Amino acid sequence: MISTDLSIIAPEILLAVFAMAGLVGAVYSGRDALSQLLTWAAALLFVAAALYIGLTGEGTHTAFGGIFVDDAFSRFAKVAVLLSAAAVLIISQDYLSRSDLLRFEYPILVTLAVIGMMVMVSAGDLMTLYMGLELQSLALYVVAALRRDNARSTEAGLKYFVLGALSSGLLLYGASLTYGYAGTTEFAGIIEAAGADASIGLIFGLVFLCAGFAFKVSAAPFHMWTPDVYEGSPTPVTALFATAPKVAAMALFARVVHDAFGGVVGDWQQILAFLAVVSMFLGAIAAIGQRDIKRLMAYSSISHMGYALMGLSAGTAQGVESMLVYMAIYVVMNIGTFAFILSMSRDGRHVTEIDALNGFATKEPLKALAILCLMFSLAGVPPLLGFFGKYAVLLAAVDAGLGWLAVAGVVASVIGAFYYLRIVYYMYFGEETEGLDGRMTTLPWLGLVASAVIMLVGIVNLFGIEGLAEAAAATLVR
Amino acid sequence: MGIADFTFYVFALVVIAAGFFTVVSRNPVHSVLWLILAFLTSAGLFVLMGAEFVAMLLIIVYVGAVAVLFLFVVMMLDVDFAELKAEMARYVPLAGLIGLVLLMQLGLAYGTWVTGEGVELLDAPQGTPEGAAHNTAALGALIYDRYWLLFQMAGLILLVAMVGAILLTLRHRTDIKRQDVLAQLYRDPKKAMELKDVKSGQGL
Amino acid sequence: MDISFFDSPLGLALIIIAQCGMVITFVMVSLLFLVYGDRKIWAAVQMRRGPNVVGVFGLLQTVADALKYVVKEVVIPAGADRAVFLMAPMASFVLAMIAWAVIPFNDRWVLADLNVAILYVLAISSLEVYGVIMGGWASNSKYPFLGSLRSAAQMISYEVSIGFIIIGVILSTGSLNFGQIVAAQDTGYGLFGWYWLPHLPMVFLFFISCLAETNRPPFDLPEAESELVAGYQVEYSSTPFLLFMAGEYIAIFLMCALTSLLFFGGWLSPIPGLPDGALWMVGKMAFFFFLFAMVKAIVPRYRYDQLMRLGWKVFLPMSLAWVVIVAFLAKFEVLGGFWARWTIGG
Repeated sequence: MISTDLSIIAPEILLAVFAMAGLVGAVYSGRDALSQLLTWAAALLFVAAALYIGLTGEGTHTAFGGIFVDDAFSRFAKVAVLLSAAAVLIISQDYLSRSDLLRFEYPILVTLAVIGMMVMVSAGDLMTLYMGLELQSLALYVVAALRRDNARSTEAGLKYFVLGALSSGLLLYGASLTYGYAGTTEFAGIIEAAGADASIGLIFGLVFLCAGFAFKVSAAPFHMWTPDVYEGSPTPVTALFATAPKVAAMALFARVVHDAFGGVVGDWQQILAFLAVVSMFLGAIAAIGQRDIKRLMAYSSISHMGYALMGLSAGTAQGVESMLVYMAIYVVMNIGTFAFILSMSRDGRHVTEIDALNGFATKEPLKALAILCLMFSLAGVPPLLGFFGKYAVLLAAVDAGLGWLAVAGVVASVIGAFYYLRIVYYMYFGEETEGLDGRMTTLPWLGLVASAVIMLVGIVNLFGIEGLAEAAAATLVR
Repeated sequence: MGIADFTFYVFALVVIAAGFFTVVSRNPVHSVLWLILAFLTSAGLFVLMGAEFVAMLLIIVYVGAVAVLFLFVVMMLDVDFAELKAEMARYVPLAGLIGLVLLMQLGLAYGTWVTGEGVELLDAPQGTPEGAAHNTAALGALIYDRYWLLFQMAGLILLVAMVGAILLTLRHRTDIKRQDVLAQLYRDPKKAMELKDVKSGQGL
Repeated sequence: MDISFFDSPLGLALIIIAQCGMVITFVMVSLLFLVYGDRKIWAAVQMRRGPNVVGVFGLLQTVADALKYVVKEVVIPAGADRAVFLMAPMASFVLAMIAWAVIPFNDRWVLADLNVAILYVLAISSLEVYGVIMGGWASNSKYPFLGSLRSAAQMISYEVSIGFIIIGVILSTGSLNFGQIVAAQDTGYGLFGWYWLPHLPMVFLFFISCLAETNRPPFDLPEAESELVAGYQVEYSSTPFLLFMAGEYIAIFLMCALTSLLFFGGWLSPIPGLPDGALWMVGKMAFFFFLFAMVKAIVPRYRYDQLMRLGWKVFLPMSLAWVVIVAFLAKFEVLGGFWARWTIGG
């Protein structure tokens, strides 16, 4: 019995063993000598695990009496998490070693965070959920303060930690209320106890759980940590924050509302729709005044989370599918954008002001074109992939009878387009000042160009992820 | 009222009083000491419920380790008590409000409490049934079997905490001399010193 | 005598109080002679006479000392935190005393036959550090504070390895109850069935950790008179000081009892055929106290960093590794259950 359980969590065990062995190896072999190797090994291992999960996994299995679920949905999310984490590790390695931040603990902590994310998306029990979430968060708190001699970075780490602890508290409060009223922590039991008409205590629990998750996905009004943390953390860490954890937290959100509260869609639909509207508008409006591209990306991610939540709030299989597709596209766009942000430098110093992009197109036409694609895609301009993500989400909302939400989404997307297009405007029509002079190394360049190409080519058939997302959504929404 | 009931009420009152004094004590060290009393009494409550293993762990972990660290930190703080008190007076209304809200929520929750069908509420602590495993053994069976995954995850979380603490605070200083105990132990006295036979009045 | 009286709550309470009284009396009387013995042994090693004036061979010296402490004036420093200052020695004494509630002297001769007796002892001994910390802090003076910090760090550090060593014994027994631990050592081979043989390396570690846990020489840094005068006890006088001293000796005696219960068969007789009994237990405890006293007389004091290094870098890894080794030896029943005296998993 235990051996079947262990084979179900084999990828997680593999990563955990790697993390511990890497830690021991690096500690005994002297400081930071192995960090380059470990980063590559971790990235390759993520890819290998993603391939293993994506290619060999089939059907639905539960391990340890139902507290861990391996189904198409968790596999989709895990593959997205693993691949995006691997991509971030690869594109950021160069930046880290240049700015002397490549400590051997970094890949180890990222690996441990990824294990947490994988457990999160497979959670079948409130306790598993919390353990995964906490493992992920704790590792991320630490890497946020990676540049420990920098006041900004330590402030980011501390802020993230304190607010994260607060949100964990909210989450636990919700979990204990849920446990109190359902009498069990297992999702299968909760959905049974909730029935079609949940008691007021369960609703209270649900609200607190949602608040906790909203914090983790940085949805407004629980977004206040995001801009500061994005700005203060070292840029590779920001890139990580913007990708893998968001997918994991969103998938976890979907799993809880469907697996544990699938019978009371009406109750959480309003909460999610509210979160979606507030996030979309706040992200779009607050980003307009930003001068720092990392802060801008923070608000951009808040607004994107709003769209993803809109898909989720439909409460249908179509909604979950659109959410998954949206997250996948969002992650690819962010990897490309951050690959570029990582290379923004002047006189060997990393700059993040948007003004520095003035006249960039005349100097680097190809890169500028790639960024143009990404920005248009982030804004959701029609021929690009980002549009299809937004379209799927809006369609799901309309089909679920949330027409007003879809309209709000369209309005917010028009407002949001302003600041994405402003970047493009700066690049192509801005007065040339002292711009960027940093060279881009091969790997980030590849990341940037590849993601831009995906934005263009992907419109043909979305690389077939729609089918996978549909299968994933079908296992979640029954 | 049997002895068990009487003991329960004594412990319960002490817990509440200790919690109260933890909050209102003006001296933080006294606060921690009250907190320790609260922990100890809660352990007593656990024993009353027949959960002796949890009770002992509560004492060993919280009182024996966590609270000692608290005490260490608090004892070394240089706090201006008067200022602290003024600060507290300022926040008392807010704190009171939060407390009131929590109290009302508890009331709300308790008021609408519905028990599922076939659920029996435990009005009194249940002793270990005759022939059943002791709760130490029962807990062990749960933790290392059904909740094996969670237990290991908890281990990983602690590992992350440890790695994080080291990563964020450890600074390797290269400008100081370090002690190498093994090298000291293996030093050969024959090589380190030499005995000279010094003639009196002549010197070396 | 009415039998039902002893079944009523009052009667039960009386019985329990009487039993407690017996244990306390035993411990206190032993204490008088332990202190005397300690000083005599120490003196003998140093070729002195030791106490020899009060009573026959100076046997009543401790009684005289105790009386002297009690009748002297209690001095409380002006800057001290009065309540905590007076609570500290009481905590120290009471905590050392209540741990005896679960120590059996013979088969079922025990106040409280807990399932988790070992955990109880560990819990109480982890509390003992509070007497020291509170005393050091409440004195509001430099040396006591430094001493109490040292002592607390030291006690916590060595508690960890004591815990791991005990886990090894628990793995072999499958129970946290002292009665069953001793019963598991009753194999019919006399002293060769006791746990000191299967757990041989840990016996030494345990003994040394006990020295550190009780702040005995060579680990008596909290009261290193050459640096800290008397550590956390500097400001104490009269009865509070007496309580500290008594608490310390009672804790030492408790460690002797633990050593004999865990590794040396408790009340079992070392030679098969001789009757078991409480006398064996007391004899073993006295023997281990003799070892404690000898160590005090012979071994020079450690430096603080050496002490910490020993605790964290030597004892902790060793005891942790031993837990793993014993787990394997017990699980696979190496040497036919030499390390596993119970049905594993059953």
